[in-house]
Formats: sequence, structure tokens, C-alpha cells
Amino acid sequence: MTGIDAAELRRRVTELLAAHDPATTDRTAFLQARFDAGLAWVHFPAGLGGLDAPRALQAVVDAELEAAGAPDNDPRRIGIGLGMAAPTILRYGTEEQKRRFLRPLWLGEEVWCQLFSEPGAGSDLAALATRAVRDSRGDWVVDGQKVWTSSAHLARWAILIARTDPDVPKHRGITYFVCDMTAPGVEVRPLRQITGEAEFNEVFLTGVRIPDNHRLGEVGDGWRVAQTTLMNERVAIGGGRVPREGGLIGLVAETWRERPELRRHALHQRLLELWAEAEAARLAGERLRQQLVAGHPGPEGSAMKLAFARLNQEISGLEVELLAEDGLLYDDWTMRRPEHVDFAGREAGYRYLRAKGNSIEGGTSEVLLNIVAERVLGLPSEPRTDKDIPWKELAR
Amino acid sequence: MTVEVTGAAAVGERASDPDLLYSEAEEDLRAAVRSLLAARAEPAAILGRIETGDPYDPALWRALATDMGTAGLLVPEKLGGQGASAREAAVVLEELGRAAVPAPYLTSAVLVVETLLGCEPEASEEPEAPEVARLLASFASGRTVGALALPLPTGPGSALACEVRVAADGTLEGGARRVADAAGAHTLLIPARGPEGVELYAVDTSAAGVTVSPLVSLDLTRPLADVAFAGVRGRRLAGPGVAEAAVRRALLAGAGLLASEQLGVAEWCLSETVRHMGERKQFNRPVGSFQALKHRLARLWLDIVSARATARYAADALASGSADAPVAVAVAQSACSKAAVRAAEECVQLHGGIGMTWEHPAHLYLKRAKADEIALGTPSHHREILAELVNLPSPTAG
Ligand SMILES: Cc1cc2nc3c(=O)[nH]c(=O)nc-3n(C[C@H](O)[C@H](O)[C@H](O)COP(=O)(O)OP(=O)(O)OC[C@H]3O[C@@H](n4cnc5c(N)ncnc54)[C@H](O)[C@@H]3O)c2cc1C
Repeated sequence: MTGIDAAELRRRVTELLAAHDPATTDRTAFLQARFDAGLAWVHFPAGLGGLDAPRALQAVVDAELEAAGAPDNDPRRIGIGLGMAAPTILRYGTEEQKRRFLRPLWLGEEVWCQLFSEPGAGSDLAALATRAVRDSRGDWVVDGQKVWTSSAHLARWAILIARTDPDVPKHRGITYFVCDMTAPGVEVRPLRQITGEAEFNEVFLTGVRIPDNHRLGEVGDGWRVAQTTLMNERVAIGGGRVPREGGLIGLVAETWRERPELRRHALHQRLLELWAEAEAARLAGERLRQQLVAGHPGPEGSAMKLAFARLNQEISGLEVELLAEDGLLYDDWTMRRPEHVDFAGREAGYRYLRAKGNSIEGGTSEVLLNIVAERVLGLPSEPRTDKDIPWKELAR
Repeated sequence: MTVEVTGAAAVGERASDPDLLYSEAEEDLRAAVRSLLAARAEPAAILGRIETGDPYDPALWRALATDMGTAGLLVPEKLGGQGASAREAAVVLEELGRAAVPAPYLTSAVLVVETLLGCEPEASEEPEAPEVARLLASFASGRTVGALALPLPTGPGSALACEVRVAADGTLEGGARRVADAAGAHTLLIPARGPEGVELYAVDTSAAGVTVSPLVSLDLTRPLADVAFAGVRGRRLAGPGVAEAAVRRALLAGAGLLASEQLGVAEWCLSETVRHMGERKQFNRPVGSFQALKHRLARLWLDIVSARATARYAADALASGSADAPVAVAVAQSACSKAAVRAAEECVQLHGGIGMTWEHPAHLYLKRAKADEIALGTPSHHREILAELVNLPSPTAG
């Protein structure tokens, strides 16, 4: 860490704004200048969009730039790249890989997706069967099928885990790659969801060639590399503060206030309970943020995803019920392939259906409860039968 | 995961960032209280006292309240206290909850002290000010123990059920039912209805005409008593207007800080249950390795994570005098009552037969949690208050 503090960052933001007035600078040019000034993600190294500053100070930069009306990199569109690929590349990538991938990733020029889950490997991700075999030149040939791949239809690159050694226990024979989604043999087919649209896809990989310099980490060490990705996925840190009523509860509360004719006593009790629970979860998120800023990250990170999944589901369920006859209607079943998830821009029925995914995506709530019980509370693990057997002998 | 909805108006939230963490000084205070309680208030000692009719250990109270100075945390230094705040008092209550200690801290060092602080002890032009200041200093030192003669349950926002009258000759007539910690108190603060509204009086429990009748209470660690007054001459502390505002202020602080006690109760129940489930073996494995139980405990932990954030926010809002304190307190009561009761219930169930025994301390926590859930307003009472505060009106509210 360098001695960069909030005042120094503010000075650099002022400099950036003076040299590239957002009002007159083209969006891409501004974002490039911001990246090159080290103000993209300040905790990254100098030269890679950062300044080796404490991560918590990013909020200072974001607030200043927002106040100045500067454009952002539309983080919702590139969430997998920012949240999962980038931290993994930073930790395990070679210098060459970092230089090649991080800048276009942050600028949003290249969208990333995550080729992890498979039809036979979801919660038990380490059981995956997609094979990567080395060819005579030392490069890799990949065959297999991935599923539930969000944004695959938009992606230029993917983070991919594949089996490189079936003869050892499942966690040990996996290797982590960067896969070119435009390479021959990559086929992306939309998978329509219960909402009507297709955010995610199935991805078929047939004889896809990946050069060895697109491997992240050592051969056989992919499970460890993937932990960095998964940890970043699950710890929903949410950089800035969320205001009171900032989530789905705010939408129901507005409906309650504006439409007295919908009010019922039993619904009122549930609304107040959920309002108080949503506020408690918001405060817990804020407390977690303060712990991180103070340099004492607590185990509460894993709590937040669980809490928000449950709250989003209960609140959106209440919203549909509250709307009564309007709850019988749906805004639009058209099959689309959206660029990002938009809870607030759609109607209650969509929110109700989409929220169902919150307890499945990024690790199911059941699996997260296992993790809390074992890693936070220190309860003993269940007896396991799969740890020491070669992958090829596991039940499938 | 958090869904941000742009344009949602913040409802009554304060502008400055609340501090939801524990400072180093607060952690030091916690460590000191915890080690005192570990040495002097182990469960066997508490179980040994609770049926004697006098659950309080006076030596423990002296060490905690007087020697460590915790009775005066809320009182400014110039009035004889420590000049700390609700944040520190909350930490003491967390530890008292964690050990289920019978000690009149919430009743004397919070409710009574906050009532007196609301009586303008520094308004030198008021004739009552010297007596208010004198009492405040004696409660802050921990040498005098007080109780507020209000019937439980009474929460912030309830109508004050005041059944004591100021008679024409200025004496007090009537009584209050279910007053917490009255039996151990030296002095009672009594809201009494005078000709122009509620006034506040101080009376020593030893005074002529005062009767204190202990009740059989659900929570033996915080016993209740009925108090009655017949022709009792009290010392007037505040007149109409001031008196009622002072009591309301105390109820808000009391409910807000009770949340921290509930948090401590919940934390003990969870950690004790986790410990037991890691040790107890059935079916050739620790029972804590069964997933059905792991998930129950993980959910309990989630509730406690949220409860802790709400309790800290309530303490911080009370300490800073934030306008958002009423919302913070209502949210904290809603979250912490539930967390404490659930944790205590799970603690009993997951201990199996031993959890049903008098000998195991789990029942102390269950009874404390259940009584705490009611004492200063039930969770549904607090949510009704919230409905008004954040404008989510009930179907019948016009
Ligand atoms: C909207 C959405 C987007 C997604 N995007 C991506 C993506 O971009 N890339 C990607 O790789 N994946 C993605 N996923 C996949 C997601 O990570 C998996 O669906 C998830 O990990 C669960 O795996 P599964 O679907 O195979 O369910 P399974 O693992 O088969 O689970 C079935 C049920 O069994 C339960 N279960 C399984 N194991 C246990 C256990 N040990 N203890 C208790 N219960 C258990 C589960 O909780 C679940 O309820 C996405 C999923 C969704 C819904």
C-alpha cells in the first residue's frame, strides 16, 4: 500500500476532471483517461487502473466523479468481469495476462462470462466433467457442456474451469482457463427462464483450442484459483451505502402509501415485519462495510447474500399479493436476451419470479448455510464419501 | 445482491453516518465487565440466589456499578457521572444479558437515570433542580438503587398508565403494578397524576405508607413487584409537561438499550448451543454434524448478525441524540426480541433433555428473553409505532 489518502485521491480526481471535462469529453475517452490515471479501481496496482490504495477509498473517487457528472463504465453490464474475472486475473494472472485483459474489461469493451456450472455439477462444482486435454504443442483442447451461463451471448471472454486429470480426487484435477468466446467450437444457446427472458445460456464446447498462455494458475490448481472467483461472487460487498428503503421494500412501501384501497390488516403486519427486517439487513450491510473500511472484515459477508435472497423473495411475494387483481397480470413474456437484470424497471410479477434465482445463483442458500455452519460457527462437517476417490470413480 | 432502486426517497434517515462498530474503549469496557461477571456471576451462583426473593448480589453490584463506575455511564461528569453515552451502557447490557445476571442496571442506571436527566437537573431557576441533581449523583455512584414506578409492559409511544394520584394535601395515593426491580430499590421515581397533568416524585421505599409486594415473576432474574402508596409524602422532581417528557425519554432509551441486553442473551444461547452440539455425540457422530441442525444454527446466526447491527444503531442514535432514534429503537426492538427468544428456544431444544432441567442455565435465558420481549413493548407494539414513524399507515388509519 502506498500512502495515498482520501485527500490525495480527491486531488487526482480534480486533475482528471480538469484535463478531461466530462461535459465535452467522449465517454470512452474519459473512461480511458480515468483508467490510466489509476482511478478505475484504486486498490489495483499502478499501471493496471489503480494506485495501490486501500480498497475502501474507491467510494471517495466514485462520489467525486458522480458529483461531477462523469460517465461510469455501466458496472451492471460487466458485473462478472468486474466482480469475478478481474480479482482472479489480478491474483493469479501473469503480467502479460493482466496487461491484456484488465483494461478492456474495466472499460466495458470486453464482456466476460463464467463457464463453471455444468448439467452434472452445480453445488458440487468440483465434480465437473468438461475435459481439457493437452496437445503436442502444449496448448489445450476443450470438450464439454456448461449451463446457466449468464451473459454468454454478450461475452468476448469466459473464465472456465475444466478437468485436466480424471485420475486424481475431484478437487485436484481441475485447471482454470480464460476461454475466447469467439473461438471455433464455442456454441451459445439461450435458455429461457421463468421470467420469459433468457439471461443465461447453455454453452457447448467442442474441440475448442485454448493456448497455454491463457491458463490462469498452475495445471491442477484450478480449484484453488476458483475459490478467489467464488469468494468474490458470494461476498456481496456493495461498495456504497444503500439508503433506507433502497431495495425492493421501497417499491412495496410506495405502493402501500399511494394505494390505500389495497390495504389489509394481515398484509400490514407482514409489511411492517418485512420493513423492519429489510432495515435490519441494510444496517447489517452497512456494519459490514464499516468493518471492511476499518480493516476488520468479519464473517458477516456470507450472511448478506442469504439475507437478501430471502428478503427479496418474501417482499416481492407480498408485493404481488398486495396488488391483488393487478397481481394476476404480467408485464411482458417476450423472450429477450437482456444485457443485465433490472428489478426496478419491471413490474411486480417479474420481481417475484426473478427473485427466485437469488437463492440459487452464486451458490444456493442451502449450500451457503452449510458454509456458515462450518466456517463461521465451526460445526463439524458431514461425513464425506467423495474426498479421496479419483474423480473417474465417483457416482454420476 | 442488494437491489438498488434509484430515486427511492430515504425515509427519515439521518444524514451523517452512524458508527455501528465497537470502539477500542468499548471493547476494553466489555472485557472488564465480562471478566468480573465470569468470576462473580457464574450460572450456579445465579441459580442459587434466584429463589431467595433477593436475587441481587450486593457485592457484585458494588463492584460493577460503583467500583467500575458503570452506573454513571449516562450521567455527565459535572453531575457526578462518567460522562459516557448510550453506546457504552449498551456494551454493559450486552454483557449482563450474556451472563443473565440479576442486576438492576437497566432499571436503575438506565430508566431511572434517563428520567432524571429529562428533569432538567441543570436548570438552576427550577426549584426542583437541586433535588434532581442530588438524586442523579447518588444513582450515578451506584450507592443508591432506584426503580421507575411504571407498570410493565410500557413501551415508548404507549399511553402512560398512571394510577398514582397527587391528593389535595400533596401526598401520593394509589399504586403501580408489575414494577421491575422495585423490591431491591432504595428509591422509587413515581409518575403521579396531579391537577394539571402528570408530575414526578421521588419516594424512599422505607418511607411510611409505601408497600412493596413481590410477585411471582416469569423472569426470576428481574423480579417484579406491586407497589402501593397511602398518604405518602414524596419529593417533587418535575411538574406537568416536563415529567411526562422525561418518562418518555427514559422509555425510549430503555427500549433501545434493552435491545443490547437481548443481543447478549441471543449470543450466549447460540455459542453455548454450538459448543454443546460439537461435543455431544449420537449415531456415532457429533450432533452438530447433522445438516438439519447446522442450518438451524446458521439461520440463528444470521438473525443475530442483523440484530447486532440494529442494536448498535439504536445505541448510536441515542448517544448522538439523533432525530432518527425512535425509528432505530423500534427496528432494534423488533429484531432483537425475536433473535433473543428464538435463540433461547433453540438452545433448550437442541440441548435435549438437559435443556429442560432447572440445573442447566438455558431456562434463565429463555425466561429473560420471553420477559424482555414484553417488558418495554412487544415487537408488534414497536412495529405499530414504526408504521406511524415511516408512514405505512394501517388500513383503518383514515
Ligand atoms: C439466474 C442464474 C444465473 C446463473 N449464472 C451462472 C453463471 O453465469 N455461471 C455459472 O457457472 N453458473 C451460473 N448459475 C448456476 C448456479 O451457480 C447453480 O445453479 C447453483 O450453483 C446450483 O447448482 P444446480 O443448479 O446444479 O443445483 P443442484 O446443485 O443440483 O441443487 C439442487 C438442490 O439441492 C440442494 N443441495 C445441493 N447440494 C446440497 C448440500 N450439500 N446440502 C444441502 N442442499 C444441497 C440445492 O440447494 C438445491 O436446492 C446461475 C444460476 C441462476 C439461477
